[in-house]
Amino acid sequence: MPIDVISAGIMTTIQDLGRPGYYHLGIPMGGAMDRFALRTANLLVGNDEGAAGLEAAFLGPELEFTEDAIIAVCGAELPPRIDGEQQPTWTALGVGKGQVLSFDFLKLGARAYIAVSGGISTPPALGSRSTYPIGSLGGVDGRAVQPGDFLPLGQAGGTAKPGMSIPGELRRLPGSSAELRVLPGLYWHRITEGAQQGFFDDTWMVANEADRMGYRFKGGRQLEFVPREQPYSAGSNPSNITDACYPYGSIQVPNGAEPIVLHRDAVSGGGYFMLGTVVSADMDLIGQLQPNTPTRFVKVEMDAALAARMNRASMLDRIREATA
Amino acid sequence: MSRFTFGGDEHIFVEVDEAMSLEAFFASLAMTNAVRSASIDGVTEICPANASFQIKFDPDRIHPHALMDRLKSLEEDAEKSESKLDTRIIEVPVLYQDPWTHKTLMRFRERHQDPDGTDLEYAARINGYETVEAFIDAHSGAPWLVSMVGFVSGLPFLYQMVDRSRQIQVPKYLRPRTDTPKQTVGYGGSFSCIYSVRGAGGYQMFGITPMTIYDPRQEVPYLQDFMVFFRPGDIVKWRSIERAEYDRIIEDMQVGRFEPRMRDVVFSLDDFNADLDGTNAGLMEALHAD
Repeated sequence: MPIDVISAGIMTTIQDLGRPGYYHLGIPMGGAMDRFALRTANLLVGNDEGAAGLEAAFLGPELEFTEDAIIAVCGAELPPRIDGEQQPTWTALGVGKGQVLSFDFLKLGARAYIAVSGGISTPPALGSRSTYPIGSLGGVDGRAVQPGDFLPLGQAGGTAKPGMSIPGELRRLPGSSAELRVLPGLYWHRITEGAQQGFFDDTWMVANEADRMGYRFKGGRQLEFVPREQPYSAGSNPSNITDACYPYGSIQVPNGAEPIVLHRDAVSGGGYFMLGTVVSADMDLIGQLQPNTPTRFVKVEMDAALAARMNRASMLDRIREATA
Repeated sequence: MSRFTFGGDEHIFVEVDEAMSLEAFFASLAMTNAVRSASIDGVTEICPANASFQIKFDPDRIHPHALMDRLKSLEEDAEKSESKLDTRIIEVPVLYQDPWTHKTLMRFRERHQDPDGTDLEYAARINGYETVEAFIDAHSGAPWLVSMVGFVSGLPFLYQMVDRSRQIQVPKYLRPRTDTPKQTVGYGGSFSCIYSVRGAGGYQMFGITPMTIYDPRQEVPYLQDFMVFFRPGDIVKWRSIERAEYDRIIEDMQVGRFEPRMRDVVFSLDDFNADLDGTNAGLMEALHAD
């Protein structure tokens, strides 16, 4: 097999753009947390934007190539080395047969995306190679990459040129603090006006429970609920609702403390109230937040959410032009 | 009137009722069916839940406000639709008080309301049952409706088809467990569930079913069409089994010999409301007919 996994980092998974269509059965869409970075890495190596690559969280893997390939590393600043020699990120890199790809320590962001020409061609499940470990779907036998795995590659058909690089202004790098735009809604009316204000005023910190299912935040004030008699079947805690669906990006606050933003591997439903939803344009950014990153939630209306979405789309168009 | 709200720029969330009831479930199901039939361009996923539902859409294809108006306009038609369901009734064998959930509940006892008892003893007591056996009879007596599939991989939520005075209510664990055995039959609020995979959970643990309900490899004969067994609207009848039968079914599962007992049925909410026990008796007859 073309790629021999020597070490796997902390959590390295095969991801593409996911498997939408099964959320009504509790199977989330999954796929790269930072889709912009995966798409860009794929474009650099001449793949379809949705080809499967590796998502390496916090620590890079060590991979031996048994055939020539072109690779690119985008997203988090996780500097790659080929046979020990340091290489740039956001750049198409040639790797020769027998060479080893390794990584320095993480400098910025949280997840690096490693695309390989041809794309990783493990067997798809429900139309996607994305790893969903809870449901044992995709990836390598339904799990994350492990040392000793051999990763197959598809047929490289692109016109990637080693050395091609994404201009600095088109790279999306997380800063030392973050702002996430939020459209209030869902069960927003369940908290008091003071709590609504406080949620947006406070600075929150990314907690250690920050994974593909969701990101937890701490450090803000406890949310106060509007008093009510709990509806039948909702449960006794004021943060409980009759179990309902959870939108991707929705913000639930169990017990009124420590908001959780659900991400690509979201649980599809449950019994906690949600106060709103992070806009689609800012979902990628969440995947690049390290624990303890100070984060503000910024209240927006639908028009602003759609404008942000268009802005993201036009940025991707510029990447497509730059790599064409 | 349902409450319509946005979940960001890609979801519309509709709460039919704050409280759970069979009426709210049927109204939600009727709405999701109406949305499906309308084949609205830009709608990508339709997720029914207990007393609410969610629509995922692509705002590049349909403006969120336009979709919102369209969904609201469908509500009136949906309300007129008959509360009738072409569905199936399935018998699910359960080993109550099994050794595996017992071991797990002992491990997490400090997270429970009643550290000195078991989940079943606690549930029986707070619901006014003299014995655990009497409680199990109530849980496995009248049938249940699958009112939602989700949380994780094909996990069914079930609501018992009895009037509210006979419904079992049990709070969830004080703090969620980090582990639950696969195929645990659980309980939280007024819902039963079957944990489709091993993992975290907060529902009380009553027993375990030997019947596979999620099979990503699709090796189980009755899951070869699709890896998830349950769908909203299924009717379930628990059957209390002993350890010997549990072991036999596990053996049958392993060699692909187990087939769940199930029959197609039509369920009418009006008939049910007119004669609850009679309707349930009819369902049992259908399940055991042949």
